[in-house]
Amino acid sequence: MNGIAPDSGGNVLLLVLLFLPVLGALAMYPLRRNIPLAKAVAMGTALLEFVLVVVTYLSYSTEAAASGTRFQLEFSAPWIPAFGTHFAFGIDGIALVLIALTAFLVPGLMLFAWAEKLPEGRTMSGYFALLLATEATLIGVFTATDVFLFYVFFEAMLVPMYFLIGRFGGPNRQYASVKFFLYSLLGGLIMLASLIGLYVTSADQLGQGTFTWAELQSIAANTPTSTQIWLFLGFFVAFAIKAPLVPFHTWLPDASAEAPIVAAVLLVGVLDKVGTYGFLRYCLPLFPEASKTLAPLVLILAVIGILYGALLAVGQKDMSRFVAYTSIAHFGFIALGTFAFSSQAFAGATLYMVNHGLSTGMLFVMVGLLIARGGSRLISDYGGVSKLAPVLAGCLLLAGMSSLALPGTNSFVSEFLVLVGSYPREPVYTILATVGIVFAALYILWFYQQTMQGPVRGNAVIRALERAGAGGPGAMIDPGIAAKRVSGFPDLTRREIGVLAPLIVVIVVLGFFPGPLLDVINPSVAATMQEVGLPDPVSLGGIAR
Amino acid sequence: MIATVLAQAPVTPIDAPAIDYAAIAPLLVMLAAACISVLLEAFLPRHQRWPVQVALSVVAIAVAGVTLGIYAGNAPAAGVTTLSDAVAVDVPTLFLWGTLLLLGLASIFLIADRSVEPGGAFVASAEERAAVGTTVTGGGGAGSDVEHVDRSYGAPGDVPTMQTEVFPFTLFALSGMMAFVAANDLLTMFIALEVLSLPLYLMCGLARRRRLLSQEAAVKYFLLGAFASAFFLYGLALLYGYAGSVKLTDIANAAAGSVRSDTLLFGGLALLVVGLMFKGSVGPFHTWTPDVYQGAPTPVTAFMGACTKVAAFGAILRVLNVAFGSTHWEWRGVMWAVAIASMFIGAILGLTQTDVKRMVAYSSIAHAGFLLLGAMAITKEGISGTLFYLLAYGFTTLAVFGVISLVRDGDGEATHLSRWAGLAKRSPVLAGVMTFLLLALAGIPLTSGFTAKFAVFSAALQDGMAPLVVIALVASAITAFFYLRVVVLMYFSETPTDGPTVTVPGAFTTVAITLGVVLTLLLGIVPSLALDWASAGVFAG
Repeated sequence: MNGIAPDSGGNVLLLVLLFLPVLGALAMYPLRRNIPLAKAVAMGTALLEFVLVVVTYLSYSTEAAASGTRFQLEFSAPWIPAFGTHFAFGIDGIALVLIALTAFLVPGLMLFAWAEKLPEGRTMSGYFALLLATEATLIGVFTATDVFLFYVFFEAMLVPMYFLIGRFGGPNRQYASVKFFLYSLLGGLIMLASLIGLYVTSADQLGQGTFTWAELQSIAANTPTSTQIWLFLGFFVAFAIKAPLVPFHTWLPDASAEAPIVAAVLLVGVLDKVGTYGFLRYCLPLFPEASKTLAPLVLILAVIGILYGALLAVGQKDMSRFVAYTSIAHFGFIALGTFAFSSQAFAGATLYMVNHGLSTGMLFVMVGLLIARGGSRLISDYGGVSKLAPVLAGCLLLAGMSSLALPGTNSFVSEFLVLVGSYPREPVYTILATVGIVFAALYILWFYQQTMQGPVRGNAVIRALERAGAGGPGAMIDPGIAAKRVSGFPDLTRREIGVLAPLIVVIVVLGFFPGPLLDVINPSVAATMQEVGLPDPVSLGGIAR
Repeated sequence: MIATVLAQAPVTPIDAPAIDYAAIAPLLVMLAAACISVLLEAFLPRHQRWPVQVALSVVAIAVAGVTLGIYAGNAPAAGVTTLSDAVAVDVPTLFLWGTLLLLGLASIFLIADRSVEPGGAFVASAEERAAVGTTVTGGGGAGSDVEHVDRSYGAPGDVPTMQTEVFPFTLFALSGMMAFVAANDLLTMFIALEVLSLPLYLMCGLARRRRLLSQEAAVKYFLLGAFASAFFLYGLALLYGYAGSVKLTDIANAAAGSVRSDTLLFGGLALLVVGLMFKGSVGPFHTWTPDVYQGAPTPVTAFMGACTKVAAFGAILRVLNVAFGSTHWEWRGVMWAVAIASMFIGAILGLTQTDVKRMVAYSSIAHAGFLLLGAMAITKEGISGTLFYLLAYGFTTLAVFGVISLVRDGDGEATHLSRWAGLAKRSPVLAGVMTFLLLALAGIPLTSGFTAKFAVFSAALQDGMAPLVVIALVASAITAFFYLRVVVLMYFSETPTDGPTVTVPGAFTTVAITLGVVLTLLLGIVPSLALDWASAGVFAG
């Protein structure tokens, strides 16, 4: 576990996972003249990647993790000896579930974007290449066990996402993409300062600087708290911008509103999880004392995020921004669970990351489907859609219910775990956070009621109907016009159902059987608890099963 | 004291100093080539000059490179000093020589290219153009007139020849730079400074297009450069007064154990370093940089931006480490201020630029500030980090200027930023290359820019400059904004109908740009290739 041998070698499975999407992305360039083939190759790559991730999942041994193996499927090769960096990969349960989430979402997103109308002069091959490149950098971020390597992927991740937003996004995409890039880059550079500081600290303590996570973790206990606090803050700011926590959040609504839907799903669903993953993997184990000292600060930000995000979500006019603000509220819950220092809360936070990726991903997809039909992002342009497209409305309801953590959906389990796990140590913050749940019900139901229920109304809907020659209210009775209404504002197509079905299945199944995920997560969470050096608070044990 | 004088007295004949020819062979080769190049320019018929000069330059650099490689293969790690300690050939010298030769080769390729601008980018004098009735002041010369001028010299039916004085200039400047970074005493350093500067002043004024701008740049560079040289010389005099010697090691010894007045020492240091920082375009001594970068012919700008920076910082490194290493606690505070000023002048003024070449000039000022962080860290890591940074930065900048020289309209290069809008649509490869290079300048991982910044910043942090590192990172974030602006323009903006065309580069320019891009990528992914060499030894003496 400690003193990782710097020799090269190990299991190459993670390397394959990393480089397969890279190859797929590169293959898009020679295929750019043959779009159908390019799309097929991209989809094939994404599906193959998913299969490989399933293989990885199956070969991950929870017994080994429980008996103290911190990382599995490790690979390591020296990279830059002068800096003591390694090309080192490995996964624990937390990383594994996030990789699984990434690989699960990407093929579905490709299917969703399959027939998307791109801005003029942009090609599908470039679009899919960027999606695959984003996937590769995400896999890299989650699997790196060398902090330098992690940083490399952390920054490299920006580039494909920047181009996804800037080239394929909405009307205000230039502003949004640059804002996104600069915010993240600034955070990254502040983290770089801490990263270098960490390296220097390790050189002081070990005689030879290192970036290997396990070695850095082993010296964490000897680092003075004041040093830890400075280093912690650098990492924290980067992750708080990425996550994003209030007050570092303002880039997210812009970026996710202007991004094409698939990019928004990846951005909010997975990319932002890098921030919360970073808290759990880097901030807590590498700076345990600083984390404990500064936890109240983070908790305050988390609770503010929960309430503020929810309040702003209620006030949004734009559907994409609405989803972005609901996410900011959810990220508050994840941060709360992460800085509450109990295994249940940790497990809840980790599960929350996966579940939020699924439910918000689905919510974004539903919003995308609405926009594709009505051509407007304004909530007030829609109304009574459930009369025209009942299946779509039903799916939106499910996505919403999952987002507000209704029992029976996936998010309930994680939200419950976070709250139960946080309460014994942080009762005040937990009670405040609970108020957020009420808000969540409020904004989701309000959104659903606005867009789906009541009489058919709203500019976008009416225009779509008029184009199909079925305008005017009260035409419900005429069967001829009713048929036209269907063509004006059609229900889900088979391809769209194909995108949604796996999401729905997973959301419901995880709502009832979160066990398989928790089994993978729990040993790693226990290890993290050990690294932080705090015992579990006395509480209702055993809930995390 | 008297005893030592008496002991030396009987040695009346002045011994010729021992010369380690193997060590200084690359320098000798380059100097010889520069002299031959002048002779060729004088005696060859005009139409033969271009091929012969190009061949001579390339062969000279190759031979110098080979001798360097042979010597470096089994050079003593501690380095040697030769020519009675006037020249030090140690690992940093060898590394900088290698860097300069490679950068010089790529610059020669850019300079030699005749396909981008018909007949090359250079013309010797305004009269030549006035003689055929084209305007000498503006940038509006038509291509046909230009060809007419050149044809009148060469054989009929030839491809247009170009002004080939630029080749001996380049070779002399390059030799001067090589001597500059190896100079172990201040007089040698001063002479090398002049050898490298004078050709550069002339080269700036050679532009075929936008003559007025080019000549203004040359005059400005010359006048300010003369001032800087004077500063250097004044500093040299003060230091001689302090230490009684111009050798760097003697100054260090004098500073270490003496009760002499520090005023002379630090006054001398300040003036000396001002002269050096002028060459390295460190703010606030940067004022010439934007004008000269903009006015000089782009291949020359590439040469200056890359090689001069390497030479200047090579010398700064040596002076600070060898002569002033022991006193660094005294002067470091001032250098902090200079570094901060340079980074923020570069970053903030860079934001307001509308001309690509000026923008890169301000970026070079910001980078000079970053480089200073490494140069200030008087440690092994500081030296190797700075050396690596110079290599990485040199190639990225060179390739950036190579790309800039390709974006043209009827009026020559289209350097105004607005002209770059939508370039990605017309020329995806060029836009991709430019984006990659700009990301490297911004310091995004997997490019050499990131590894270099990391090396320099970690050295600075290790030597107790944590606040400065944080400031530098903030400045990096600001510079990223104007790099991004170009990317945004190229990729996300609508294409204007009368946009500039992208010239298909000739083989020479292609090779130069490719070299820059490949090294930028390679040093980003496997920096050990160069980093191991850079950290193999420290300054001799």
